[in-house]
Amino acid sequence: MEQQSKQTDSKMKIRYFKPKEPDSKGGGKFSFTRNPENVIKERPVPEHKVEKWRKGEASWGRARTSFHTRKIEAKEEIYEKVAEKSARSELLRTEEPGVLEGDKTFQISQSDIKSQADESTQQKIFDLRLNQFGPYRIDYTRNGRHLLIGGAKGHVAAFDWQTKKLHCEINVMESVADIKWLHQETLFAVAQKKWVYVYDNQGIELHCLKHLDSVLRLEFLPYHFLLCSSSNKGYLSYLDVSIGKEVSGISTKQGRLDVMALNSQSAVIHLGHPNGTVSLWTPSLKEPAAKILCHTSGIRDIAIDPTGLYMATTSLDRRLKIFDLRTFRELSRYQYQFRQCPGLLDFSQKGLLALNRDNVVEVYKDITATSHKPKKPYLFHPCDKLVTDFMFCPFEDVLGIGHGLGFSSIVIPGAGEPNYDAYEANPFQSKSQRKQTEVRMLLDKVQPEMITLQTSIIDVDVETAKAREEERLKKKYLKPKKIDFTPRNKMKGGSSGAKIVQRKKGFQEQQTRTAIRNIVRNKQIDGKMDSRNKNRKGLQGSALDRLKKKNV
Amino acid sequence: MAAVVKKKQFSLKVLSRNPENYKRETKLDIHRAPINPEGYLHPFAIDREYQRALNATKLERVFAKPFLCGLEGHRDGIEALAKFPTRLSHVLSAASDGEIRLWNLATKRCVSSVLAHDGLVRGLCSHRSGNFFMSCGQDANIKFWACSEEGNITQEPIRTILNKQVYQGIDHHEHEDIFVTCGQSLDVWAGDRAQPFQSYTWGLDSMHHVKFNRIETHLVAVAADDRSIMLYDTRGGSGVQKLIMRMRSNAISWNPMQAFVFTAACDDYNLYTYDIRNLSIASNKHEDHIGAVMDVDYAPTGKEFATAGYDRAVRIFNAVEGHSRDVYTGKRMQRVNHILWSMDNKYILSGSDEMNIRLWKAKASEKLGVLKPRERTAFNTAETLKKMFKDHPEIKRISRHRHLPKLIHQQKAELREIKESQKRKESNRRFHSKPGSVPFIPDRKKQVVEVKE
Repeated sequence: MEQQSKQTDSKMKIRYFKPKEPDSKGGGKFSFTRNPENVIKERPVPEHKVEKWRKGEASWGRARTSFHTRKIEAKEEIYEKVAEKSARSELLRTEEPGVLEGDKTFQISQSDIKSQADESTQQKIFDLRLNQFGPYRIDYTRNGRHLLIGGAKGHVAAFDWQTKKLHCEINVMESVADIKWLHQETLFAVAQKKWVYVYDNQGIELHCLKHLDSVLRLEFLPYHFLLCSSSNKGYLSYLDVSIGKEVSGISTKQGRLDVMALNSQSAVIHLGHPNGTVSLWTPSLKEPAAKILCHTSGIRDIAIDPTGLYMATTSLDRRLKIFDLRTFRELSRYQYQFRQCPGLLDFSQKGLLALNRDNVVEVYKDITATSHKPKKPYLFHPCDKLVTDFMFCPFEDVLGIGHGLGFSSIVIPGAGEPNYDAYEANPFQSKSQRKQTEVRMLLDKVQPEMITLQTSIIDVDVETAKAREEERLKKKYLKPKKIDFTPRNKMKGGSSGAKIVQRKKGFQEQQTRTAIRNIVRNKQIDGKMDSRNKNRKGLQGSALDRLKKKNV
Repeated sequence: MAAVVKKKQFSLKVLSRNPENYKRETKLDIHRAPINPEGYLHPFAIDREYQRALNATKLERVFAKPFLCGLEGHRDGIEALAKFPTRLSHVLSAASDGEIRLWNLATKRCVSSVLAHDGLVRGLCSHRSGNFFMSCGQDANIKFWACSEEGNITQEPIRTILNKQVYQGIDHHEHEDIFVTCGQSLDVWAGDRAQPFQSYTWGLDSMHHVKFNRIETHLVAVAADDRSIMLYDTRGGSGVQKLIMRMRSNAISWNPMQAFVFTAACDDYNLYTYDIRNLSIASNKHEDHIGAVMDVDYAPTGKEFATAGYDRAVRIFNAVEGHSRDVYTGKRMQRVNHILWSMDNKYILSGSDEMNIRLWKAKASEKLGVLKPRERTAFNTAETLKKMFKDHPEIKRISRHRHLPKLIHQQKAELREIKESQKRKESNRRFHSKPGSVPFIPDRKKQVVEVKE
């Protein structure tokens, strides 16, 4: 009985093709028979799942005309569809983030993890003993597949760290301050003693960038193709590596710049200074876009989380602070004990924060959460020597550490994003895919002028637009005062009819210009006075007002 | 004493991907590309889209090469152009020396020609069946010509009507055996009769352009020399409506999708779109020409129309917008007198004074020929992006920019100045007069002098 009902059910859902005889006019041979009740519909996605994918609030209500109301409604419908599709496609993202659960996770060492993990994970825990040229700076590519290490004494090596295949290994015969992959694993930049050099993945020197001298830190903006460098002399420079031109060079006048971090969402550069301030820079401004006083003593390091919302800073005052970058407010602070000075910082894709104290690396979980403060680190790893650099590997549960004795790779479960987007960064990309991606990236290169603190380019600044329009109209209908002007007589054809008219006209235009200038100037002064008066208490009301009649 | 090792209790799961799940199985497969719409994985998504839109706009301008070919052969200025509603590749043209030619657009060749009239050919129109067409000329004859499927015209007319007056325009009914001619009067002819069965006059001036409505098939619009546009119903005894404007209209085109809408090409450099239900105000005014507009023809979709200008330019307008979306000029192109929009909505033909017919693309940057599916998707995406960012200043500037002949450029600036000064004067006058004594009259109404029923 049950089977029968199932059968009829499945029969109900099928749409039939009914072949038809062609009509006399030669019309269609086939037609759908479609019973609206039997049409197969997609199962609705649960509301709580869709909610996660909605960006911002839906605009509601009516616009000034029904035409525009309908337009907005149509747009909202599209946004809703996008959210629903995103929620529906969650099913296809099968990989799950790593988990480490136990009583005291900070007691679990890498050897414990190695003993329990599968074989491929075991291979991710390794040490490179390189005791001659250290300490090392490290960098992973955006897809997390390739690793670059640079020893302070000149040793530079690039390799695929998963297969352990070496791309190149060179000694630049100079001290190395920093290293950075450019947009792909084919190019990297090395900040050497004097200048910055660009090498390809075979270790061949391609460029020597002589206008970037005594650089201490390098950052790369992949969507803008900008190589940012901060130097010993307080010079911050943006170099477009696709055309080889310096887009912007800023003399920050803040002394040695050895603390630099990049906000990957807004492409704003954060610089830390010895007086405890953090300044935010964009290529189009010669002044910092914002300055935050974070600590009372020098900044040791800055890290910005991948969503671009939170900033972590450490300072010589033994404090770790978390800031909200939307409000520039401090969210929480952690005071370290005597002799424990927190140093370098890095955020993982899933929001874990790594931090070092001399030779120890601590990893914190949920540090940006406002509801509670983590009391103990999530994981804890001592190295043999002073740690000089570390970085979470994108799309992997791995933290790479560069230290005095070489490089260590450790596993931090839950650090990496499990589901990558192949159109942004693909760890499994083939050579042809890499080439194609490069072309795409170059075509979509974002202009450096578009880097601002306010990231949305879709919003219109209505107030400014209105003011500008008003100003324009005013100028259009401006009538200068009529002045009776007779040009002086000039000899030698200087007073021919055309010349006189010309001189008259020139004089009148001058009058118009001064009139416009006066108007603009007056407006500026008025605006200033208004804002000044607003802050003055005396103008708000007179003492004699109390004698006035009320409710007349 | 041995040290006591306390076993730590924990559960572990580490992210480790199996490459098998992410790489393609064979070389014949396409690459696997998982997608994750999570926001933080796509920084600058909107900025990059903007860049793509900008690139698409630039590419559109790069590929904007609308001129396809010139159809040469006429030995005098073009007097009339006509298309066959049922034949895509055939087009008729008539010249001032009385010659009519039939062109094949696919081969870009003249198929056949005939010396039809003694003197100018005034009007030309084809029959819906495509088997014959008719012409009227300065020699006061109306002639019928048959043409074969390949486009060969009979060297002798299959029928000739001799008249006393010269007819200036001719048009055939959509499906019935009726045609109209205009001159001193509007005459309606039917069947094999040698005399018109109906003749209309409204005022003394002669009429120079006539067009049948293609949906309300008995409705006729006529443009007359007394600056008027008249509407007639061929079933009735007299005219329906007469609209008198400030300047003469040179041509009229009915919207093929909306029966009640027509556009008139006017001598005052503008075109006016009217709704026949209310002729007292134009529903739209289309500016941009800097000379009299000589001809107008709607696209078969009814969304756009092309215009021929005395200023040596062809312009394309969106039917509901006030300014042209594109302008075509040629170094050697003289005054354009006639225009046609082909029935496949892809090409525009213009006939100009210097004896040439030019074939243009309707969309300047469109790629001709068969598109592969991926190509089509790419074009569609580009189109959507351009639409999305069309109001951004840089994109707007690039998409609007046209390199125009110096004359047009200068004249445009001058006209703009004139318009501005008129506006300023009006606003000053309004400012200095009694409130309400200088009323606001919309531009769409200014050209209407009178509407008679």
